[in-house]
Amino acid sequence: MKNIAILIFPALFLFAFGLAPDANEILKKVEENMSSKNRVFESEMVIHGRRGKRTITARTYSVGDKQSFTEYLSPAREAGTKMLKLENQLWIYSPATDRTIQISGHLLRQSVMGSDLSYEDMMDDRKLTEVYSAKTIGEEVLDGRKTYVLELTAKVDDAAYNRRKMWVDAERYVPLREDLFAKGGQLLKRTILSNVQQIEGRWFPLTIVFKDMLKDGGGTEFRMTKVQFNQDIPAYLFTKAALKQ
Amino acid sequence: MIRFLFKGIIRDKNRSLLPVLVISIGVFLTVLGSCWFKGIFSDMIDVNANFSTGHVKIMSRAYADNAGQMPNDLALSEAGQLVEELQTAYPGLEWVQRIHFGGLLDVPDEAGETRGQGMATGWGIDFFSPGTQEPQRMNIPGSIVKGALPARPGEALISHEFAERFGIGIGDTVTLFGSTMYGGMAFANFTVAGAVRFGMRALDRGAIIIDITDAQAALDMADAAGEILGFFRDGRYDGARALQLKTDFNARYESETDEFAPLMLRLNDQNGLEDYLALSESISGIMIFIFVLAMSIVLWNTGLLGGLRRYNEFGIRLAMGEEKKHIYRTLIIESVLIGAIGSVVGTALGLAAALPLQEYGLSFGSAVQGGGIMMPEVFRTRVGPEAFYIGFIPGLVSMVLGNALSGIGIYRRRTAVLFKELSV
Repeated sequence: MKNIAILIFPALFLFAFGLAPDANEILKKVEENMSSKNRVFESEMVIHGRRGKRTITARTYSVGDKQSFTEYLSPAREAGTKMLKLENQLWIYSPATDRTIQISGHLLRQSVMGSDLSYEDMMDDRKLTEVYSAKTIGEEVLDGRKTYVLELTAKVDDAAYNRRKMWVDAERYVPLREDLFAKGGQLLKRTILSNVQQIEGRWFPLTIVFKDMLKDGGGTEFRMTKVQFNQDIPAYLFTKAALKQ
Repeated sequence: MIRFLFKGIIRDKNRSLLPVLVISIGVFLTVLGSCWFKGIFSDMIDVNANFSTGHVKIMSRAYADNAGQMPNDLALSEAGQLVEELQTAYPGLEWVQRIHFGGLLDVPDEAGETRGQGMATGWGIDFFSPGTQEPQRMNIPGSIVKGALPARPGEALISHEFAERFGIGIGDTVTLFGSTMYGGMAFANFTVAGAVRFGMRALDRGAIIIDITDAQAALDMADAAGEILGFFRDGRYDGARALQLKTDFNARYESETDEFAPLMLRLNDQNGLEDYLALSESISGIMIFIFVLAMSIVLWNTGLLGGLRRYNEFGIRLAMGEEKKHIYRTLIIESVLIGAIGSVVGTALGLAAALPLQEYGLSFGSAVQGGGIMMPEVFRTRVGPEAFYIGFIPGLVSMVLGNALSGIGIYRRRTAVLFKELSV
């Protein structure tokens, strides 16, 4: 017993006073992997609903965390639908009605295409270090990989989630799992990130499974089939005029 | 003798005026109150049946679990075939498909971009089938403030308040943005054919009513319906019949484990209407009981006062050889006559007040909203055959009871001391 105590106390001491990397340092490294000047990717979103699953494909162009343009490619009913995000505003264009509709207010909390993602989830991609204060609360092994467990607490009023718990790959600095909580402590969503690959010198998870914990169904699988960073994206794409083209 | 007693009542105002007045007021309140509560409960039940619950409603089991959220992703598929089967199996009801949905109603500017928008509750109902009763059932023709019923696919009715708020005119376009049955984005343009006002706050704030085929197309619900409503052909809800129907229908699907198997609920089972139905059925009895009790106490007291005033009269009649029993009987007959006069007057006054209220109603605005029950803003009385006789029950019973109690004093008179009492 005495020997165990001799081993454990120094370990706890070392963990508490600096051997484990600082949470903000971890987050910074995560953002270096996840953020980029701009990004172009093609994706497949597989939604497992109560009536079965369906797959939606899309191409997305994004610049930093402020501008994003998505064109849905399939299925036929959704093909040609476009979504434009500028700062904190969101517009959707429907070719069937030739209408551009602005999404705002509590509609932002609605599901996108019946998935486990809300418009708000898509909108709120500010840097985590800007929105949350972080602390390291432990280390765990997740799917055979060592992870740092971070607890993120919102430091701004308009954060979509009040608290997040994040498991970060200790070697590649990519989040492997996230639990998102409401102010009252209720678990709202869980994301599992996998298929981590090195693309253009950075580690990046190509598959993300979103699960709205308040909804029935098997969750939403988001797979990036092609990703390119720091491309030449024409500026006109991030205008409302581009929606109708 | 009745003629003789009637003359006595008419000529001796002291004997009849106060009781007639008391009975008239009591009967007036009974008739008006009974019509009022009948009207409120009937309107509430009709509104809920016609807009939401039907007399019976069929949904998928999964939809029924979350019916308040209008979960059209859990709607009934192959609804057309199910309706045909229902028409064959239960021809005593009219079966209609409905889609109740929520969405964003967006008003475009000249460039086709958002000029204004608001959340709306939507209905897809049968506007165009020959002989459809759906517009009448939802009182749509009577609720149109401007414009007309949709005449062709692609036309819609919207709530007048919403139209006013965003300056939408007849012939303008609005876009419905919502979710399809499979979770996709639903976009559909509609031409505004008319604006409606139902007198129900929840609907008048924002509503869109379109033909069911338009709703099916917009929400990707081919041959699907959120709800199938059944209405008894005589228009009257029969709880016992509905229960029999529900038991029979649900037994057919008992062995199925599919969460999308159909499930029938009756009106009582929805929106917390069970208690209201029970109250509606007993309201006349409650009113009669209250007024019989209250008026009997007043009239007992009046009878006692009358007995004191007529002390000498009864004494003389006893002295002249009239039997106590006979005097008591004439007193009761007299009370029946007074009760009848008061009841006629009270019923006439009650009907005079209830009939205009049946036509025009009283508006309580948004003060009456609450719960899952749909409440009309304008409350109306309902004058049924019952209103013509219901007042006679408290009118006659309370008067007879009051006089029967106070008249017992006659039997306490001792003939031996009558002349002494009368100071003869």
